[in-house]
Amino acid sequence: MLLVHCPYCDETLPELEFTYGGEAHIARPENPADKTDDEWRDFLFIRTNVKGPHFERWRHAHGCGRFFNAVRDTVSDRFLTTYKADAPRPDLAVLLADASMKEPSK
Amino acid sequence: MTAHVDLNMARTLAKSSAVSVELLPLVARFSLRAGTSEQAALSKALGLALPTKIGQCARKNKLEVLCLGPDEWSILAPEDQAVKITDACEAIYAKAPHSLTEVSDREIAVQITGVKATDLMTIGCPRDLDLLPVGEARRTIFDGVSAVLWRDGADEYRLDLWRSFAPHVISLLETGCTELAAE
Repeated sequence: MLLVHCPYCDETLPELEFTYGGEAHIARPENPADKTDDEWRDFLFIRTNVKGPHFERWRHAHGCGRFFNAVRDTVSDRFLTTYKADAPRPDLAVLLADASMKEPSK
Repeated sequence: MTAHVDLNMARTLAKSSAVSVELLPLVARFSLRAGTSEQAALSKALGLALPTKIGQCARKNKLEVLCLGPDEWSILAPEDQAVKITDACEAIYAKAPHSLTEVSDREIAVQITGVKATDLMTIGCPRDLDLLPVGEARRTIFDGVSAVLWRDGADEYRLDLWRSFAPHVISLLETGCTELAAE
């Protein structure tokens, strides 16, 4: 089982309390009516499908109920960080450097 | 199969040498949602400071307030105090908008006590219970069901369960109660 750190509860908790919420940092268009069908399709359905560190949303459904963002490696399932939904997107290079300092073997 | 359980009558549901499971009497329950700027006014209206850290509880005059999320609280009170709470919050609604919903009928409470109470909790709760301090509570999951788990003492727990899920959880607790005694 994964252990997920909830930035609102500030506790590291079992995955069972959480639900996955898809890719993070996808901004809804200001005016959807201006978009072509293809652009709207891309907004709704087309995701980056990263192999490696992935910015994604999680929800602490059986807990504080909050959505938050996480960076998880889709190959190893390792969480590099989690942060509040209104926090800026962290710098991936810094996160990777921190992760290799902590556990260089991974 | 889950058997029918009468949830309206407080009584001992299961008891063994290891642990005892009791259905507690009904209490008035409220769900309170409010922003940061309204918290001071609501604390004054309720007569106790709303806890701001998730999982912390405030208690005063049989009133129990638990912080469930950054803007969410659960209020438990004796049934005869329900009107007092709604009136006090309604009086300040104009200057401190909030949402106070009575959810008394939604949940029932089960108390688990005994030397193996923590062992019984671990059959349904994936959390590390050593990290749950006495006097605090958390909303968590218990055998697939969302529940509020209170730690009232080292070997004393309370589970707030949604009424419709309660027979499922109670039957699991009854089985666990017997099995822990047989160990």
